[in-house]
Amino acid sequence: MTAIDELFVKLKGQGKKAFMPFITAADPTLAFTRLVLRKLNDLGCSMAEIGIPYSDPIADGPVIQASYTRALGSKIKLHDIFEQVAAERSNLTMPLVSMVSYAIIHRHGAERYVEAALSAGFSGAIVPDLLVEESEQLARICKAKQFNLIQLVTPTTPRERALRIAEQSSGFLYFVSVTGITGERTELPPDLVDRVSWLRERTPLPICIGFGVSKPEHVKLLAPVSDGLIVGSAIVRLMEQATQSESAALASIESLVTSLLKAME
Amino acid sequence: MSLAPSVKSTTQPVETTATKQVPDLQGRFGDFGGRYVPETLTRALDELIVEYNRAIADPDFHAELNELLHRFVGRPSPLYHAKRLSNQLGGAQIWLKREDLNHTGAHKINNTLGQALLTLRMKKKRVIAETGAGQHGVASATACAHFGLPCVVYMGAEDVRRQKPNVFSMRLMGAEVRPVESGSRTLRDAVNEAMRDWMSSVEHTHYIIGSVIGPHPFPMMVRDFQSVIGRECREQCLTAIGRLPDAIVACVGGGSNAAGMFYPFVDDHSVRLIGVEAGGRGANPGDHASPLSYGSPGVLHGSYSYVMQDEDGQTSDVHSMSAGLDYPGVGPEHSYWKDTHRVEYTSCRDDEALGAFDFLARNEGILTALETCHAVAKAAETAKTMSPDQHLVICLSGRGDKDAAELARLRGQQW
Ligand SMILES: Cc1ncc(COP(=O)(O)O)c(C=O)c1O
Repeated sequence: MTAIDELFVKLKGQGKKAFMPFITAADPTLAFTRLVLRKLNDLGCSMAEIGIPYSDPIADGPVIQASYTRALGSKIKLHDIFEQVAAERSNLTMPLVSMVSYAIIHRHGAERYVEAALSAGFSGAIVPDLLVEESEQLARICKAKQFNLIQLVTPTTPRERALRIAEQSSGFLYFVSVTGITGERTELPPDLVDRVSWLRERTPLPICIGFGVSKPEHVKLLAPVSDGLIVGSAIVRLMEQATQSESAALASIESLVTSLLKAME
Repeated sequence: MSLAPSVKSTTQPVETTATKQVPDLQGRFGDFGGRYVPETLTRALDELIVEYNRAIADPDFHAELNELLHRFVGRPSPLYHAKRLSNQLGGAQIWLKREDLNHTGAHKINNTLGQALLTLRMKKKRVIAETGAGQHGVASATACAHFGLPCVVYMGAEDVRRQKPNVFSMRLMGAEVRPVESGSRTLRDAVNEAMRDWMSSVEHTHYIIGSVIGPHPFPMMVRDFQSVIGRECREQCLTAIGRLPDAIVACVGGGSNAAGMFYPFVDDHSVRLIGVEAGGRGANPGDHASPLSYGSPGVLHGSYSYVMQDEDGQTSDVHSMSAGLDYPGVGPEHSYWKDTHRVEYTSCRDDEALGAFDFLARNEGILTALETCHAVAKAAETAKTMSPDQHLVICLSGRGDKDAAELARLRGQQW
């Protein structure tokens, strides 16, 4: 069992849902990343997803793209990110997941990536550009090393395929709410709840919903039908403030996360 | 640049001989290719594979496409014996496969008409495209105007500047050109934006990728549509020369004109195939756009192929004066041909390409696209090492009208 598996067992026992913020590593600095992680942990977030900045993120909207660009502007390397996460790890009780492009994993080698991520204190990875057909090798390595490989299902995924993806996923299944890129949405697709419910009846794996989730209304609607929610752009948008004032950015993040956590109850 | 080892060499292990029977069902050319895209795009890619296979098994599809290529594009494009050029160089006889004479002035139209027909067959209502030099954008705008499809073209802001005439042409034909301000504001960023558009619009939009890049089935499909170049050329050589040529040279950006030219000759081991990448200002990182010469295998824009990347997997900045070659990646089949030694890859600097532009203009009366000039320069070099009874074909992928203003700027002249 990984820390993620244990988390969902625990939450289930408590009748609770996971709340998972996404932040970009090193936006604008790794020191700030550490501050945000500690803040999210102390606010009671269940898990954090750390985005490894990538030069060509085709699944990301303007907010996360800009954040990746800011982070890469400081010539940050994967090694630096892992080093700082490892240094912060003992202050955190929540599990960590990396969101990382396969371009980066391939360059380092799948085995080396997983080993380095594990020793930095990550429990799993989401690889948004690695389809289930292409993920066999990485999945084998992850399994052998007790590291979760979290696969994604989207509104365009046919049902049969969604079941197959769920079988191959570990930790949880990431249900992408919209046909599109990351970014806040005012409205989510009307059939989202049905789709998630359909799949949830057919897989033992926890299902978490992400992309577009940004408002307490979304949380109230989706928390009951899922096992957890992922909030990215709405938080990342606030990180930009840190270039002016870190304390102001932390305060904004705290107020958003507090309101979303409240909506979970 | 070393010569490729002879393909007949008996020491060559069997598995390293290039075959035309690629890609496999997963879109693999040897190790290269595949599909590295978000799950959101899988269904559309699967549907495209199904529709493409149906289309190529359908005689009506071929009849319609061939008719368009003939009467709308003006195919077959001539194979022209450039005698003055050959005599000036004093080596091999040089032949020009005149893709520049196609409607819209480049090879790109061969692909956009094929994909526009597929768009209609899939009942998709909208087309998006990326473009570097603007030739693929113009060819997409043209095909869409012809079929009455709305068309949005993503183009890096730097390319909008350096290829203005093509931006104007696209708009005249009703396409919407969206300048891309992110990153290096070139072709790579235009592909990123087009992919993002497609992520949201995939249910009713087809993305006409302009080269042999991207996720399966694009590299295969674009190669197939462009192979009309090589098929015609093969026939034309047999008629005009009485045999196959000794060498063929093409420029490589994403690699579509080269792939279309080379593919029909892959099994003709007597024919040397030479692909020319953009050497830019020189061999230092960031100064060129030559992933096959200086890069290593990695993932970019949906496929596994040679790419310019740093040690962390981040795509590197590249440079070429030619917008159509200014790209850090290359089609997976070229990576396969490189590793199987079927095609020799070399690169040509900006200044060498500019010299070739003048040489062809003055000796033959042909203004050539800056992209194509890279092939011309290396072809001239190669021809000089050959004898006058040998034959070398250059894929003259496009005409140079679009580059007049940029050439003037590069040379500090009035336009
Ligand atoms: C005339 C011409 N040749 C070559 C290219 C490079 O593309 P490819 O390598 O796909 O043929 C372009 C691209 O814009 C072009 O316009």
